[in-house]
Amino acid sequence: MKHQYDVIIVGAGLAGLRAAVEIGKDAHVAVLTKVFATRSHSGAAQGGIGAALGNEEEDHCEWHMFDTVKGSDYLGDQDAIEILANDAPRAIYELENLGVPFNRTSEGKIAQRAFGGHTRNYGEAPVKRACYAATRTGRVILDTLWEQSLQRGIEFFDEFQMLSLIVQDGQCCGVVAYELSTGKLHTFHCKAVMLATGGAGKIYKTTSNAFASTGDGMAIAYRAGAPLEDMEFVQFHPTGIYKLGILISEAARGEGGILLNNEGERFMERYAPVIKDLAPRDMISRCMLEEMRAGRGIDGKDYFHLSLTHLGEDVIEKKLAEITSFARTYAGVDPVKEPIPVQPTCHYMMGGIATDADGRVIVDEKNTPFAGLYAAGECACVSVHGANRLGCNALLDTLVFGRRAGMALKAFNQSVARPKLPAKPEKNDADMIQALMNSTGKETSGPIRAELQESMMENVSVFRQKDSLNTALAKITQLKKRYQNLSIQDKGNCFNRDLLDAIELGHLLDLAEVITRGALHREESRGAHSREDFPERDDKTFLAHTLARYDAVKGPQIFTKPVTLTKFEPKERTY
Amino acid sequence: MQCHFTVYRFNPQADKKPRYHEYRIDAEPTDKILDCLNKIRWEQDATLAFRSSCAHGICGSDALMINGRVELACQKLVRDFKTGNNFVIEPLPLFELVKDLIVDLEPFFEKYRQVQPYLKPGKNDSDKEFIQEAENQEFIEPALRCILCASCTAGCPINRANPDYLGPAALLRAFRYIFDSRDSITEERLERIDTEDGIWGCKTMWWCTEVCPKEIPITKCLGQIKRAVKQKDKGG
Repeated sequence: MKHQYDVIIVGAGLAGLRAAVEIGKDAHVAVLTKVFATRSHSGAAQGGIGAALGNEEEDHCEWHMFDTVKGSDYLGDQDAIEILANDAPRAIYELENLGVPFNRTSEGKIAQRAFGGHTRNYGEAPVKRACYAATRTGRVILDTLWEQSLQRGIEFFDEFQMLSLIVQDGQCCGVVAYELSTGKLHTFHCKAVMLATGGAGKIYKTTSNAFASTGDGMAIAYRAGAPLEDMEFVQFHPTGIYKLGILISEAARGEGGILLNNEGERFMERYAPVIKDLAPRDMISRCMLEEMRAGRGIDGKDYFHLSLTHLGEDVIEKKLAEITSFARTYAGVDPVKEPIPVQPTCHYMMGGIATDADGRVIVDEKNTPFAGLYAAGECACVSVHGANRLGCNALLDTLVFGRRAGMALKAFNQSVARPKLPAKPEKNDADMIQALMNSTGKETSGPIRAELQESMMENVSVFRQKDSLNTALAKITQLKKRYQNLSIQDKGNCFNRDLLDAIELGHLLDLAEVITRGALHREESRGAHSREDFPERDDKTFLAHTLARYDAVKGPQIFTKPVTLTKFEPKERTY
Repeated sequence: MQCHFTVYRFNPQADKKPRYHEYRIDAEPTDKILDCLNKIRWEQDATLAFRSSCAHGICGSDALMINGRVELACQKLVRDFKTGNNFVIEPLPLFELVKDLIVDLEPFFEKYRQVQPYLKPGKNDSDKEFIQEAENQEFIEPALRCILCASCTAGCPINRANPDYLGPAALLRAFRYIFDSRDSITEERLERIDTEDGIWGCKTMWWCTEVCPKEIPITKCLGQIKRAVKQKDKGG
């Protein structure tokens, strides 16, 4: 089936919806999403969204900018970070005016709370910068933007899986998608495509991410020639529920929760004497692993206690409602009375499809745009998060850069004609599906995915070194071979999850390879990337973005791009 | 430990009528029912179809009938059931079946759209946020927990008898906007649902509240709407 639009947005999380709302009726736009819009993983964001409103105490956009630069371990592009921090208050007021039900101060203003790495006066002490709605901040923003899209009559194609981008004469002019309920292929012909497909946490065994977080947009853009940037920077959030990975928001520590080791010691006081348990995530995850190695995990195992008991029932039930129910349901502990067992869990990809600050996908170190292709949100890398993202900056990123991508798309739509479609644009995908469905190979997705997730967890997580990275790379190569022998047991075409699992697994494998290659290339330790064989940050050689270009034969081709420095010179990063 | 799953199956392309299929799997007491379904799909039968995404009760994808009760598969653990490790898994009632455990939720969302689920703000005098009393935000807070999983609507006996009834989820959304102090069309909202298929469809049977996986006091919220409608009628 063929469809024609001006703009196709893939993904209905916050970045995609914010762009759709921006475009509204100014262009003929449709949103494709593989899960129903309100099931998007933005909805799982808990603790808050950062903006220097100063509603609770003095705060300034420049402090926010500084914290983000320092949090990124100086790898974030400072021009983009300045946009992020300066635009944040406007973005929050806009959301509030659209109906987002933020918690309130006693004066009726938007309430704010402390969050990891956000400080007053360039690092002096934690500052209350996170605007929130209990611990369901992402969910209420997602609902609001979805409802705003309904009001604006945005068209949705729910439960459509993107398979590939259509590129003609160097311009992206469409998407081929698979309709889950019928198994039919659809061709969406347009002037421009925006990818807002989220993260890829399912590369790892323990993750806070949804089943849908398989990096489809990143992998599909990469295969279409868009380079991926800084993929080696993978955030492990320090407080996932032990063994499950379900997130316990940083808001728990923002409200005063503390981490304890097996001696009952608040160990973060030793590592980050100024902001302690509100140190950035990369640092706390690293400290936890070091404590573990020193035998100070709880019961000598690989987890710690997150204690909230001293906060009192009122704060716990009201301000931390969702996570309290998670702890009760899944860990069987009542946070009012006992500590929650936690360990680091794969949470966020700092890297992604390289873009400029207006959401344009770029193809080289000179920021040459990929005509007709845009990206924002977790699937993109602007880069505002650099080597480590601060809590509360992900939602902000989706809204600020989702909107900017929407504005750029409107202008682009005015300036170009719809390119002609190439002949049979869906043929490759139809052949691929046919081959998978007819394959008599002996492999299935489940075991390959499980082995990939285990190897990445073991070898390419918080601490890395050359040998472990090479082990992972060999494993990925072997799994990619086995993937060629994959067969599909479900031969039907109505909600064929087996087929989708196979397609998603192909994306996970490609991205795991880029992450591991990038990690091998980066012989230094910066932010979330800790090389035990290169424990120091090396600004001389590696104050640069890693870009990986797809090569079907030789694998990812690595090149670099300089970091934009404006206001803040790189310094040693201590808290 | 071994668990025995009896799972409702229907493939519109192959089956004339639904059937039940038996699976035996090894599961831990702390495994979610969703983990068990995934185990079946990944290890025994790749053709089993069900929806899921976040796997911790936020996205609202996996509401099902588990042992005869509407539940989220990702929010119930094996140990939560006293049925000797026997489980019967069926799709949500009320909605049209698509395949296996997947139903067509379009009518559910259609009703949701009918209540104008978006803020129609009054005038904001500042260039910043509306000032809203914390008590007002707290009043609508229960409705903010809704994840649109459709459990309440599927569980509501009125909905089964009257397909035109808006149903608890849509009315809960109406509640959220009716009582938001920033909204300017309260009267219009109340009038819109002041009908037998609207708020008066609710006969206060509490089933929605009973099955809500987010423990939202839905019936109570709907009661607040009824009170406001009566208040308006008195005033008018």
